Amino acid sequence: MSFVAGRRRLTVLAGSTVVVLGLAACSSTGGRPNSSEAETETGTADTPRATVAMITHEVAGDSFWDLVRKGAEAAAAKDNIELRYSSDPEAPNQASLVQNAIDSEVDGIAVTLAKPEALAPSVRDAVADGIPVTALNAGMDEWKKMGVTAFFGQDEEISGEAAGQRLNADGATNSLCVIHEQGNVGHEARCAGVVDGFDGDTKILYVNGEDMPSVESTITAKLQQDPSIDYVLTMGAPYALTAVTSVANAGSNARVATFDTNAELVDAIGSGEVEWAVDQQPFLQGYLAVDSLWLYLNNGNVIGGGMPTLTGPAFIDSTNIDSVAEYARNGTR
Amino acid sequence: MSTQEDLDLSAHEVGTDERVKEQKRFQRLLIRPEMGSVAGAIAIFVFFLIVADPFRSLDSFATVLYASSTIGIMACGVALLMIGGEFDLSAGVAVTTSSLAASMIAYNLHLNLWVGVLFALVISLGVGFFNGYLVMRTKIPSFLITLGSFLMLTGINLAVTRLVSGHVATPSVSDMEGFDSAQKVFASTITIGDVSIKITIVWWLLFTAVASYVLFKTKIGNWIFAVGGNQDSARAVGVPVKAVKIGLFMTVGFAAWFVGMHLLFSFNTVQSGQGVGNEFLYIIAVVIGGCLLTGGYGTAVGAAIGAFIFGMTNQGIVYAGWNPDWFKFFLGAMLLIAVIANSAFRNYAAKR
Repeated sequence: MSFVAGRRRLTVLAGSTVVVLGLAACSSTGGRPNSSEAETETGTADTPRATVAMITHEVAGDSFWDLVRKGAEAAAAKDNIELRYSSDPEAPNQASLVQNAIDSEVDGIAVTLAKPEALAPSVRDAVADGIPVTALNAGMDEWKKMGVTAFFGQDEEISGEAAGQRLNADGATNSLCVIHEQGNVGHEARCAGVVDGFDGDTKILYVNGEDMPSVESTITAKLQQDPSIDYVLTMGAPYALTAVTSVANAGSNARVATFDTNAELVDAIGSGEVEWAVDQQPFLQGYLAVDSLWLYLNNGNVIGGGMPTLTGPAFIDSTNIDSVAEYARNGTR
Repeated sequence: MSTQEDLDLSAHEVGTDERVKEQKRFQRLLIRPEMGSVAGAIAIFVFFLIVADPFRSLDSFATVLYASSTIGIMACGVALLMIGGEFDLSAGVAVTTSSLAASMIAYNLHLNLWVGVLFALVISLGVGFFNGYLVMRTKIPSFLITLGSFLMLTGINLAVTRLVSGHVATPSVSDMEGFDSAQKVFASTITIGDVSIKITIVWWLLFTAVASYVLFKTKIGNWIFAVGGNQDSARAVGVPVKAVKIGLFMTVGFAAWFVGMHLLFSFNTVQSGQGVGNEFLYIIAVVIGGCLLTGGYGTAVGAAIGAFIFGMTNQGIVYAGWNPDWFKFFLGAMLLIAVIANSAFRNYAAKR
């Protein structure tokens, strides 16, 4: 493109457009709500200030982990706890972050165990140092062996089975399991669960989660290739919304359901575009992982009494959407 | 570097010299940079026509073209930059930066979305200028400079989004003023017969045509080839090397803005972690299309064909219904074959 002339032209264009827009630059619809977000008023505990490190395997910028972190922050604010949040999707790096927390002598650690073998040594070190550790989200089979006091999350395979059974109840015969992160253990376990719980056929489709247009066209392509697919299951809320577009593109009659939620998805369930979502309550996972440390530090309590505390799978659908919607808009569900 | 088509043979008396072997018109066509990828595209197209039934419908073709178009619009800018001898690793996340900027400023200040669109354009061109200026000023290879800006943009995308909105994804802007008109421009669908065609396909073809015109019919096109071929001799004959290169980085910024706007107006919300790794898709498309990694050689049409090959392979695997465990392997193998065929074709044609 001719950029020397183009730049000059652009300046003129930009200038004139700004003038035009200056007259009508404001949007009277939509936009940021004028009232500030309603924060739950909980007060603050007067227990001594403690420091808790939360270390997850979040891939930066995923809306799911935003909810986990919000829950952890809410608990920390209430419990007079200083929360140090960090994350790294690579297991060795996550293990070093746990080591860093031990070195800085925190009072408690909350950690996700997506790759338990890699994290076990540092978690054992923490326990040996007398730092209480809670686990959340992933690692339901391994947490106990490492000396972790409590676990909060859902079994991904069980949640997949629950989704599969729900598909049976909805009368589906041929489902598509869309994985947006090839090799993600949790995603694979969910789809494996769907295969177990669902009486019909389940196909797995990998898409490039970093590139939405390609997600859209790949799901479209799959629906065109196999018109008998009558249910599309995605592993995250944003991808469910894209799948709705793909279904329309392909002229398919398939219905869409998903794991996990966000604010837009709640609207889509309300309007019937998406049938339901398997909710593992990420806010609750973050909240309990921190709050249980406070209880343990101040009163020696162990939530779950040595057994895992399940936060899901609960279903959100048109029957209970109203009770969730308000919190979803505040970004806590 | 002057290419074959720059020489207008009909206007000159060509003395027959036994040292100069005259090339036939057909051979001259064969050594055009994009010919290898054209052959590859035809081969892959025929291949999928045979192995994948659903590939044969017009609807699927429209899907393939859409998948190619968003890669292709970026590849167009990236191709010009690569012909100019530079590299941009920040192009993938720059797309996300652009849509985040537009969405957040309009949402938080209650502005018409077109103001956000313009703001994002300024940001995107600014990122391009920043890259170009630093490369020219420091003489450090663009690979390193843009690797730095890639990381910085990735961080900014996350941090600023969380700072401003409190979440890692922007809220939906679909109920704001200006959305409908902006969606018409950046993300609408045209129905011809029973086939729905995404507007990005039209823009993709248009941008490719404009880029080709600039490359081969204007002085600036000659400058781009010159700075990519040999920067010092280009400077010696009076080419404004700095302006050309900074302009090329800004052209990539423009493309990133355009694709960013498409993302925003077709998906309404943007996740701030998106886009990482996509810079390689653009570079892959451009290289398949016959541009040299070293600069000075290539065409915009080639980049478009490269993007088409990429889209075709990506979707064709799905249409063929192959075992998804092997997905990435198939993709890699197809791309490798395309590139090798491309280079073999070029060598074969050049030897004749």
